[in-house]
Amino acid sequence: MIAVVDVALLLFLVVTALAIVRMHNLFGIVMTMGIFSLLSAAIFTTLDAVDVAFTEAAVGAGISTVLMLGTLALTGRFQKPARRTNHLSALAVVVVTGAALMYGTYDMPAFGDPESPVQQNRVAERYIVDSAREIGVPNLVTSVLASYRGYDTLGETTVVFTAAVAVLLLLGRTRRERQELTERARRLAAQGEAQRAAEPKAAEDGSP
Amino acid sequence: MKYNPILRATAKYLIGPIMLFALYVQFHGDFGPGGGFQAGVFFAVAFILYALIFGVTNARRVAPMWLLRLLSAFGVLLFGGVGVVSMMLGGPFLDYSVLSHDPEHGQHLGILLVEAGVGITVAAVMMLLFFSFTGRKA
Repeated sequence: MIAVVDVALLLFLVVTALAIVRMHNLFGIVMTMGIFSLLSAAIFTTLDAVDVAFTEAAVGAGISTVLMLGTLALTGRFQKPARRTNHLSALAVVVVTGAALMYGTYDMPAFGDPESPVQQNRVAERYIVDSAREIGVPNLVTSVLASYRGYDTLGETTVVFTAAVAVLLLLGRTRRERQELTERARRLAAQGEAQRAAEPKAAEDGSP
Repeated sequence: MKYNPILRATAKYLIGPIMLFALYVQFHGDFGPGGGFQAGVFFAVAFILYALIFGVTNARRVAPMWLLRLLSAFGVLLFGGVGVVSMMLGGPFLDYSVLSHDPEHGQHLGILLVEAGVGITVAAVMMLLFFSFTGRKA
């Protein structure tokens, strides 16, 4: 039964990806990418990774879509018509990369394989066995994320903060604020000019 | 969208539950899926929904930019501060066991504070991003 769900979800994912590639209306593309994220979240849920699914649904389908719509309001709703380019070389690159990726999956252990490196890992074993005693939090993901791997989460939070700093530096001011700033800069420049014009005279007067 | 009565009425009823759900995700992260990051996103979504329906100018009055800038830095500081406090109490950086007499209580307290820091930063940053993008034309 779960195989049917998996195949259906992956099929929908492929169809959505093709639809995104074929579309030229950017508004439609943004909305379809939201659907793509929601389908990914559903796949994560079938893999029992509910925390990841939750994040994907909230960030990928929710916030990203809203932010991209906000960007569209600034840019425009339609893609520029693409110039005629060499499609054959692009196709070759895609085919070779896809073949390499598929070849790579043959080295991966089967899903849920108890002999796989992830399951044999001593660190994972320690988290599973000892976290209830050491941390006492029922959700293992939270105890790994916030306590055992607190360093990583601090780094992630800093990355989010850095993103905000970068966006504020680039887009932080409204048009009116920017106009006021340029006017102030112009006034200051004019003042400086006037002072510099006055200064040589003063220097000449003061010199012996 | 400003004068659509159905959207306005629906949004008014939705914003409260969304915020409540964000708080639930924030504080229930120890027991179920979720945590500071997801809770921060949901909390920001409540404000963004308000901004979409009632206008960015009104939303900025509720959550002014200077406050958001302050909060986005405060969350990271809270997270790092917990690490510094645990160092001052004699443990390694970000080892919460030393925060209380009982190591397990210390871990609970540390996780609570750290998740709060993540939630505050993420919520503030998401709102900042949205307001900066939409405020360009103002």
